[in-house]
Amino acid sequence: MSSAQLGNPPHASAQVPDPRGRFGPFGGRYVPETLTRALDELVQEYESAKRDPAFQAELDDLLKRFVGRPSPLYFAKRLSAHIGGAQIWLKREDVNHTGAHKINNTIGQTLLTLRMGKKRVIAETGAGQHGVATATACAHFGLPCVVYMGAEDVRRQKPNVFSMRLLGAEVRPVTSGSKTLRDAVNEAMRDWMSSVENTHYIIGSVIGPHPFPMMVRDFQSVIGREAREQCLESFGKLPDTVVACVGGGSNAAGMFYPFVEDEGVRLIGVEAGGRGAKPGDHASPLSHGHPGVLHGSYSYVMQDEDGQTSDVHSISAGLDYPGVGPEHSYWKDTKRVDYIDCRDDEALQAFDLLARNEGILPALETCHAIAKAVEIAKTMSPTQHLVICLSGRGDKDAAEIARLKGTAID
Amino acid sequence: MTILDDLFVRLRAEKKKAFIPFVTAGDPSLECTSKLLQRLDQLGCSIAEIGIPYSDPIADGPVIQASYTRALGRHIKLKQIFEMVKATAPTVKMPLVTMLSYAVVFRKGPKQFVHEAKQAGLCGAIVPDLLVEECDELAAVCKGEDFNLIQLVTPTTPRERAVRIAERSSGFIYFVSVTGITGERQELPPGLLDQVTWLRQRTTLPICIGFGISQPEHVKVLAPVADGVIVGSAIVRRIAEAEAAGDEAILKNVDELVTSLMRAL
Repeated sequence: MSSAQLGNPPHASAQVPDPRGRFGPFGGRYVPETLTRALDELVQEYESAKRDPAFQAELDDLLKRFVGRPSPLYFAKRLSAHIGGAQIWLKREDVNHTGAHKINNTIGQTLLTLRMGKKRVIAETGAGQHGVATATACAHFGLPCVVYMGAEDVRRQKPNVFSMRLLGAEVRPVTSGSKTLRDAVNEAMRDWMSSVENTHYIIGSVIGPHPFPMMVRDFQSVIGREAREQCLESFGKLPDTVVACVGGGSNAAGMFYPFVEDEGVRLIGVEAGGRGAKPGDHASPLSHGHPGVLHGSYSYVMQDEDGQTSDVHSISAGLDYPGVGPEHSYWKDTKRVDYIDCRDDEALQAFDLLARNEGILPALETCHAIAKAVEIAKTMSPTQHLVICLSGRGDKDAAEIARLKGTAID
Repeated sequence: MTILDDLFVRLRAEKKKAFIPFVTAGDPSLECTSKLLQRLDQLGCSIAEIGIPYSDPIADGPVIQASYTRALGRHIKLKQIFEMVKATAPTVKMPLVTMLSYAVVFRKGPKQFVHEAKQAGLCGAIVPDLLVEECDELAAVCKGEDFNLIQLVTPTTPRERAVRIAERSSGFIYFVSVTGITGERQELPPGLLDQVTWLRQRTTLPICIGFGISQPEHVKVLAPVADGVIVGSAIVRRIAEAEAAGDEAILKNVDELVTSLMRAL
């Protein structure tokens, strides 16, 4: 074994990715040649927008007046007392317009679409939150929008499907493969292969080929930047621990990124542990997968020995994905972020816990973070602070939760 | 000189064009794929492309994706595909190449993959989601094994980039005829012939054109500017249509299509 292998893992840097989209070894661009020119143009356009004060001012204004930012950092007093440990604070992305963090990214990417002069938008969606956020941004700017959604997710997330249609978007159910988020990404990529000259593909998570993982992280980083400032304002120091759920990983990336170089802040990502650790029963590539290639980038993924993507399971449509953003893989291997998983039943209990103690219905995705955060909070002292990224609200999940509990609501 | 280099030298000397069919390994069965390869060889096809099924193919249209789903539904593994190729290669004259996603190559490891592919009797690979920027490792392995890495140029590829891709390609250049996924088209895009002619002046590698070719008229138009044409979805569709009627019906259906397309060459 070489000394490099024996030594500590490289220190996680915030100065990633490199110009080829690599977060350490992860990321890159594994797509057909047809998309290269559009991705190169997107890199250029994004870099120029980032340096353009007019673009940033328009984005900030929309985030303030249309989305409702900054979102509050809220002290969950009754929950903290009930748990008896660290003070639990909630970064309230659920109070954003459309009910989740997804809109931070779709507003940014829709502005880029206009800047590039493209006339049509496509998106994929799992839980439907990204679909609704994309449909909302497109309606706001008058752009036609097509959302690909797995047929299984269309069934699980009816209210969001209806909302997208009300907003003027076309929802195309995807019936290939596992009929979930992964297949919706495939279909959106295929559409883009043929329509790339006039269409922008708004990827909803920190996945896909470069520059998407970087760009989506940057647009979502408003969460962590605000949270960091609000912590200093609210309790005069940085939090001890920050917890977020990870599917593709966009809310976690946006929450964690501004804290990456704050070494005293412990960062914890919670994956969907599903029914258990058996293959096919969960959606936790960081906890149980291997590095591999999926959907245009190199990252941890659930696949078999031939490289075929494995089936995954989660109670939550937004976490039901076999891959994860490459920056999370980088944070895992550099040990900057600890990744753990949370089972379906634990997530469901967390839903009730937050509903009854705080009067907040969290999204099923977010419940995974809450369940593990309260376990961790119990081991901490009341002088310590733990922040949970409350990534979305749970109204969309009411029917699914009723079904799981065997309760009739019709 | 690789097997493919020799083939195109001979074809050019004889003023002939290559006809390159694509079939999905294991659709509807590996036995049938083997029989199809033998029939295609008897019909005089120059090279055959064997598609290795992948669960999430983003470059492929609905016809080829469905064939991959069918094959994977029968639990076809890479090992069995290589065994089928190994048994079939000695029975055909035409060189065999594979088309597959990088996920499959990566999982096996580029070195091990190329080693096993070559042992099986394959002489090259087309990896549509491996861009020229990302291909160094696989390209180096291929070079060491005299195994061709056939790279793709598309209508959206800027010209100087097309030259760079041509320089990194070996065996031949796969010129993608359309902006989009694999699948049959009624018409070929305008400007295609000019793009191919432009690239031809800048490379000595043979150029074969694929994606969307399904009719004798397409072949007639493309043959004069190309060294060969590649036909995939149209063949895979004929296989799917005849599946219920059995292997003989599949062979007959494919035979009819390939014969009519080759006549236009």
